[in-house]
Amino acid sequence: MKRLSRTAKTDIFTYSLVTVGFIAAQLTQGAGLMSSSLKGQLVPICAYIVMAVSLNLTVGILGELSLGHAGFMSIGAFAGAVAAAVLEPIIPVPEIRLAAAMIIGAVFAGIAGILIGVPVLRLKGDYLAIVTLAFGEIVLNLINCLYVGVDSKGLRISMLTSAEALRLNPDGRVIINGPVGASGITKLSSFTAGFLLILITLFIVQNLVNSRAGRAILAVRDNRISAESVGISVTKHKMIAFVISAVLAGAAGVLFALNINTIVPTKFNFNTSILVLVFVVLGGLGNIWGSIIAAAVLTVLPEALRGFNNYRMLAYAIVLILVMLLTNSAFIKSTLGRPRLKRGAKT
Amino acid sequence: MTFILYLINGVSLGGIYAIIALGYTMVYGIAKMLNFAHGDIIMVGAYVCFFAAASFGIPPVIGVLLAACVCAALGVIIEAFAYKPLRQAASLAVLITAIGVSYLLQNAALLLWKSNPRVFTSIVGTGAVRIWGLSITYVTITTILACIAIMICLTVFTGKTKMGKAMRACAEDKNAASLMGINVNVTISLTFAIGSALAAVAGALLCSAYPTLSPTTGSMPGIKAFTAAVFGGIGSVPGAMLGGVLLGIIEIFAKAYISTQLSDAIVFAVLIVVLLVKPAGLLGRQVHEKV
Amino acid sequence: MSDRKTKLAPLPSVNFVPERDAAFTPILECRGLGINFGGLSAVNDFNLAIGRTEIAGLIGPNGAGKTTVFNLLTKVYQPTKGAILLNGVDTFDKTSVQISKMGIARTFQNIRLFANLSVEDNVKIGLHNQIKYSEISGLLRLPSYWKQERKARERARQLLSIFDMQDLAESKAGSLPYGAQRRLEIVRALAAKPSLLLLDEPAAGMNPSETAELMDNIVKIRDVFQIAIFLIEHDMRLVMGICEGICVVNFGNIIAKGTPDEIRGNPEVIEAYLGKGFVGGSESRKY
Repeated sequence: MKRLSRTAKTDIFTYSLVTVGFIAAQLTQGAGLMSSSLKGQLVPICAYIVMAVSLNLTVGILGELSLGHAGFMSIGAFAGAVAAAVLEPIIPVPEIRLAAAMIIGAVFAGIAGILIGVPVLRLKGDYLAIVTLAFGEIVLNLINCLYVGVDSKGLRISMLTSAEALRLNPDGRVIINGPVGASGITKLSSFTAGFLLILITLFIVQNLVNSRAGRAILAVRDNRISAESVGISVTKHKMIAFVISAVLAGAAGVLFALNINTIVPTKFNFNTSILVLVFVVLGGLGNIWGSIIAAAVLTVLPEALRGFNNYRMLAYAIVLILVMLLTNSAFIKSTLGRPRLKRGAKT
Repeated sequence: MTFILYLINGVSLGGIYAIIALGYTMVYGIAKMLNFAHGDIIMVGAYVCFFAAASFGIPPVIGVLLAACVCAALGVIIEAFAYKPLRQAASLAVLITAIGVSYLLQNAALLLWKSNPRVFTSIVGTGAVRIWGLSITYVTITTILACIAIMICLTVFTGKTKMGKAMRACAEDKNAASLMGINVNVTISLTFAIGSALAAVAGALLCSAYPTLSPTTGSMPGIKAFTAAVFGGIGSVPGAMLGGVLLGIIEIFAKAYISTQLSDAIVFAVLIVVLLVKPAGLLGRQVHEKV
Repeated sequence: MSDRKTKLAPLPSVNFVPERDAAFTPILECRGLGINFGGLSAVNDFNLAIGRTEIAGLIGPNGAGKTTVFNLLTKVYQPTKGAILLNGVDTFDKTSVQISKMGIARTFQNIRLFANLSVEDNVKIGLHNQIKYSEISGLLRLPSYWKQERKARERARQLLSIFDMQDLAESKAGSLPYGAQRRLEIVRALAAKPSLLLLDEPAAGMNPSETAELMDNIVKIRDVFQIAIFLIEHDMRLVMGICEGICVVNFGNIIAKGTPDEIRGNPEVIEAYLGKGFVGGSESRKY
């Protein structure tokens, strides 16, 4: 191909955007210009960017509203925390252990994606949304009752009781302690790891969208009936998008969890799902680089609004409403030329 | 015997969900939007009720009426400023705006009324009646009665009155309704007013039964009631009633007989199963796409 | 429903195939096809056969059940009665997707393009089951991805050139003018390599010169691809001009079948279109 297509240009722009952001952050950090609170935000920003891009795959590209994306993040986070603890004696190199934990977390989230996707993806619109909401609440509730420990004999799991019921040997330790969550996590995540995970996410999502399967997913979004009329299996392609989205969210969960000492199940509640959805919608449905910018800016924004002190969350809410009104009201429509989401399936 | 007691408590809790769910379902039916801020209107209603009694010594019944009026006004204002400009926009944009409104209400409440939980005094006192050896609280009885009364009023209103019929017409087809001379804007405002007033009533009842009140009080009942509305078939008024009551019963039974900790998981699992069997909810209409 | 259990034997007659195809097996056979919507019979006892390279028309007044027939053939609706045999194979338990793979492609009365995607992507989506590579090679961009993508691109341009649309390849499908959208739907359907192409009102909204061009193109498509075309159309010049057989439906029932000449003179058809009173005499009534 002599000249790059528009999509190829957008893809390259997105990779460059992330790389430039990474280098800029590294430079300011190296020069000692970055506040310590922002430094602490670097890995969470990466995790939220991956969350936003992966949710955009479900909401923007597949066109199905998901209100339980934090559920997948939660599964990834706790599976990753357990994996990292169990693998500690086996894999001494932290980078490889992080990678292994990420793969395990991603696989668990992917399995959850398949389990929930098989029955529910035939539902449509708001009904699918409410089922994903229910899924997120179920995950939260189950992990709240989950106790996992490890000792010389291996992994011990118990539901609904207490950490004592694990009956660990004296050498063992509790990894997940019900509502208290996972504590004593060894910090394995780094900003570089986060950056690499974003690149991998972009590679997967952008390559998918520009492939045969990706076009089929877009076709299902735009018009289910005519997609079927040219022989595209709706369920299969919904599954592909949904499960990849879940896998990436799981990896983001691992990145997030292995960055901090203690992680509680309620961190990944409905509000987190909504927060990520806000990133996606503000960044533009189907617009990958938009999601990246929205996730980064809105994660930093509450910090930046610190001057408002008590009013900062109020200011955040007002900013959110105003942005939605300005970008969607009849006057300033189609500012970014984003693909409009179908409303019903009228043509 | 305890079984019947659980059942009555379930119906009572479900009644509260049902009243909240009515707000969701009516707004969805007419504006085709999920009003996420609805849960926070409950909280505002409960606070108005609380301060009416605690600071001004207003009798509870008048307090509830006052709360209903305040919330109705709040609902209308929110609709006019946040939702009306977006009537032609994609449904997701409206959804995010509703989430913004929900944050706004919660954080405004946090600033105005602080985060420390208040102890809500029951609007009907804390006593109980004994019937056949069962001790049933006044709140339970009031809730069930209120729920029945609201159901009857709403059915009569939407079925018999001119405004109610206009509402149904708008839910069916806004353009056709406006061609028939129905003022769509007024009708939508009215729907928000009724839904929000009901939320205030639900807030007072909820906090009478579970007397802690904080700025996030409305969130979880809001989500559950939203679930109940979908469970019964969103857009359907009897469906919201049925869905709410069933959800309440399932929740109480799950707490009593299976596990307190897992009750939420069970409630939501039942919802998923119901939607798989009946994809449009219990009383919802399955709409076929015209090809 | 009990009559649906057994596979049907190849059927003898009821087709309106021209004599040049005398020894044919039809590409499509419908036997006693019917569907009820909540007690209302939308299509009833629909019998028809179409030859392998025939252009056939389906006409009738508004609401006669024409599009419903197409929806039954493509399994958008599941028939409640009767059978559809495609190339002699019963399609009883097949889904829309399988029907497409078996060789029926269609266009829609209310255009159903992938409006947010480019013209070329619309055609490439039509090629979904023609030019394939695995999801993995798509994700990792293995050599087969590049090879097949190039092939898809060339094929898409080639198909677009039927209607001289290759220059529009990069435009957004939803932004095309109405007539071009209808043509793009035909191209997309052709991309799925059908042996039977269903066109639902292809000339709707076109001006006379566009319609004339479309007529030429439909015949050209039949000649080049050697496929059968079954079309619904209200424009009688198009139907009478290119269809070799015509089937007329009213209230879900077939009221006439035959060549254009036979249909033109059929009193029942005239009655269905113009109402009673026009048939059999000079008597005229206000209608």
